[in-house]
Amino acid sequence: MTHIEVTVNGEKRSAEVEPRLLLVHYLRDHLGLRAANVGCDTTSCGACTVLLDGKSVKSCTVLAVQASGHEVTTTEGLSADGELHPVQAAFRQHHGLQCGFCTPGMVMAAVGLLAEIPHPTEAQVREGLEGNLCRCTGYHNIVQAVLAAASEVTA
Amino acid sequence: MSILGTRVLRTEDPKFLTTGGVYTEDVADDRLEGACHVFFVRSPLAHARISSIDVSAARQAPGVIGVYTGADLADLAPIPPSAAGLINTEMQQRLLAVDKARFVGEAVAAVVTEHPYQGEDATELVTVDYDPLPAVLGFDPADDSLLFEAAGTNVAGYWGDPSKLDAQLFDGCEVVVKQTIVNQRVAPAPMETRAAAAVWGDDGRLTTWIPNQGAQGTKADMAKLLGIDESLVRVITPDVGGAFGAKFGADPEHAVVAWIARRLGRPARWTETRYENLIAMTHGRAQQHTVTIGGSRDGNVQAYRLEIVQDAGAYPKIGAVLPMLTILMTSGPYDIPKAEAVAKVVVTNTTPIGAYRGAGRPEATAALERAIDLFAAEIGADPADVRRKNLLAPFTEPHRTAFGALYDSGDYVAALDKALTTAGYADLRSQQAQRRASGDVRQLGIGVASYVEITGMGDGEGTPPEENATVEVHPDGTATILTGTSPHGQGHATAWAMIASEELGIPVEKFTLKWGDTDLIPEGGGTGGSRSLQQGGAAVQQAARELLDVARLRAAAELEANAADLVFDKGRSAFNVAGDPDASVPLTQLAENERLLIRTVFSQPGATFPFGTHVAVVEVDTETGKTTLLRVITVDDAGTVLNPLLAEGQRHGGIGQGAAQAFLEEVVYDDAGNPLTASLADYPFVSATEVPSFELASMATPTSYNPLGAKGIGEAGSIGSTPAVQNAVVDAVAHLGVRHIDLPVTSRRVWQALQAVQPGSEQ
Ligand code: FES
Ligand code: FES
Repeated sequence: MTHIEVTVNGEKRSAEVEPRLLLVHYLRDHLGLRAANVGCDTTSCGACTVLLDGKSVKSCTVLAVQASGHEVTTTEGLSADGELHPVQAAFRQHHGLQCGFCTPGMVMAAVGLLAEIPHPTEAQVREGLEGNLCRCTGYHNIVQAVLAAASEVTA
Repeated sequence: MSILGTRVLRTEDPKFLTTGGVYTEDVADDRLEGACHVFFVRSPLAHARISSIDVSAARQAPGVIGVYTGADLADLAPIPPSAAGLINTEMQQRLLAVDKARFVGEAVAAVVTEHPYQGEDATELVTVDYDPLPAVLGFDPADDSLLFEAAGTNVAGYWGDPSKLDAQLFDGCEVVVKQTIVNQRVAPAPMETRAAAAVWGDDGRLTTWIPNQGAQGTKADMAKLLGIDESLVRVITPDVGGAFGAKFGADPEHAVVAWIARRLGRPARWTETRYENLIAMTHGRAQQHTVTIGGSRDGNVQAYRLEIVQDAGAYPKIGAVLPMLTILMTSGPYDIPKAEAVAKVVVTNTTPIGAYRGAGRPEATAALERAIDLFAAEIGADPADVRRKNLLAPFTEPHRTAFGALYDSGDYVAALDKALTTAGYADLRSQQAQRRASGDVRQLGIGVASYVEITGMGDGEGTPPEENATVEVHPDGTATILTGTSPHGQGHATAWAMIASEELGIPVEKFTLKWGDTDLIPEGGGTGGSRSLQQGGAAVQQAARELLDVARLRAAAELEANAADLVFDKGRSAFNVAGDPDASVPLTQLAENERLLIRTVFSQPGATFPFGTHVAVVEVDTETGKTTLLRVITVDDAGTVLNPLLAEGQRHGGIGQGAAQAFLEEVVYDDAGNPLTASLADYPFVSATEVPSFELASMATPTSYNPLGAKGIGEAGSIGSTPAVQNAVVDAVAHLGVRHIDLPVTSRRVWQALQAVQPGSEQ
């Protein structure tokens, strides 16, 4: 067992965890933050994407112990005072989600992308989200949502 | 202004965007407290006799509570094939393989542990002795190695009689073209894999949470698989992370989890890994088509034959039945004087085939639309012109095809022309001519595909498709809808609320939709076959209207007025006496006096037939074969649109999956039946970089079969886009002599096709 201290959605958390515990399982099973999902076993789908110190990472490929001393943000912590974050709001406005399984990961990947490239082109959005798979939307409305969120943030 | 036809944002979204959906793995329920975890040991061989299974080491592993094999499940009857009677009844499946394993991924044993982390290790300790047998693969399997010895053959059955094909079918045709085409095997791969949670109550009833497309059908399947009465099963549907046809009913694993929960007397849970999902969840398509098309040099198609071979996989499930739908849609939107179709179903040592978005109809369209293009190429005509010449004329009275399908309404030429205009077809053709003339390395390809499909089928001839709905208005001004449909991304909570809101004047956000609990809603057809809006939505409308009828009588008594003198004021959701707005009683008050609730069943005269045309534009690098999908333009006419936002979303998703089948995705096995695409790193699941934004044109020809005027829209996108993209890729290199490239038209296949037509390539 290893002692970890992680700031999750602004809250300091500490726990004794097995060294092999994945960050996604720490979030889901220990903290009950179940928005991020597990969709694969090969780091391919991005359903588990969260922010680690502001950068999007696939939390199925990060050990909980590696997150110790760092800040993790999930969709649960993205909205404040019941107001959706601009990216979340854009996903709703543009129907960028259907079954919702890819959505928390997709939203966090988009937030990470816009932090890096605030004014992406459509091609940059598509490249930025290449590691996040969605079976429902054909990506069309996801891309629209991210582009809209980008212009929203600048406005 | 009516709310119908407007872009109402989804009421379900805030939850999914913040705390996320509550999928089966997320379900936290007191009854599941202390659940054990189930893992399956799966066959690593495609075809093998199981001589022994040693579970002793696994039983000793840390955290292991139990290990079970097929022998332990001897009390459970084997699963008969779908369409028994037409399909060989010897082709049965055991819940856990007994004696023989018939595909890589077939469950052979189940290991139960305290913690999820322990299961994976423990499954490795189960030792199964396999005697390998030759793997049976392909569309023409010999009978020298049999999957089911008792069946005596690897042919599961036939749809239609191949010996009755008309030898004179193509007599009188100036041109006859024949081509064998593969409609490849693909993985539905919903982002949420399969899962289950099960617990038995003291009353001997099972409660099970399963991601599914219709809890009622899943309940019936579970009862059958467990050999118990349906009244002893309660299925609860949590949020479902995509299904695409592959989550209908219940699978052997779901029943095994329930059986283990009963055996151990404690709740049990299971979530499959993606690896398991890609080899053990049903696959889709897997048909081979031999198309023969004949007609006149001036472009009239006079005869068409479709010979289908369906690879059903190791066990004949729904996939064995789907050729029936393919045959039904053989002649598609065309007026072909003579057409015939027949199908042979074979079993192979591969994952069983089930439904996948479109299920049987995309196959019919892909075959026919390739055939039309082959015919057009043969006579040197523009493929769009050939389509226009042969499409059925517009009709508003139902049209019966030679295959027995009754098309409700259609204007196929209008859809074609609208798609071509939106695409700028003439301009694209001239750009293409320029690139061809200049010998550009990057050639332009334009593909067209027209389609008609069947949605909202009943259970069969003579059983009208139907669905039930319950609407209740509560004293606090909120309302509840119960539906027999089963949304998993389609947005029924919003759509059904819109429909009821339109009738009752209650705001959309005041509605709660409930579905997928068989104790609450014992009947229902679920969501699939693009049936939900036309039947489930129509049922909600009917229930709301019947509720108003009841409310009117109660209001009349309340106001001591004549029911006929009352008018319903939607703005206030109240009845008042005509001409006297003060003499008024709101629905909420009526609900206070006595529950205001109606359950109704809506039934539709028959299935409906949406139609449209897709145009795809691709760029093909003639040196490398690299294909880029530049544009997809579609007209998908599914009757009156309730919520364009949702309808477009359905189209986008379908187009994405259909295009993916066209040029990317394929489940591949090696010669020994080993799957080579068993992870998302190996299966070329379409990503955002591989598709463009889609261009949707709208067209809406209402159906008279339901008061909403709606047909199904869930599958259209995947039906038109596959042949449109395939045709576009072939078109890009047609001038170099390429006539056909099989699905998926990958860069490699394009390159190979180009090599084959290079001058001197014969040597
Ligand atoms: S779960 Fe698929 S990338 Fe993390
Ligand atoms: S919304 Fe279903 S996987 Fe993306």
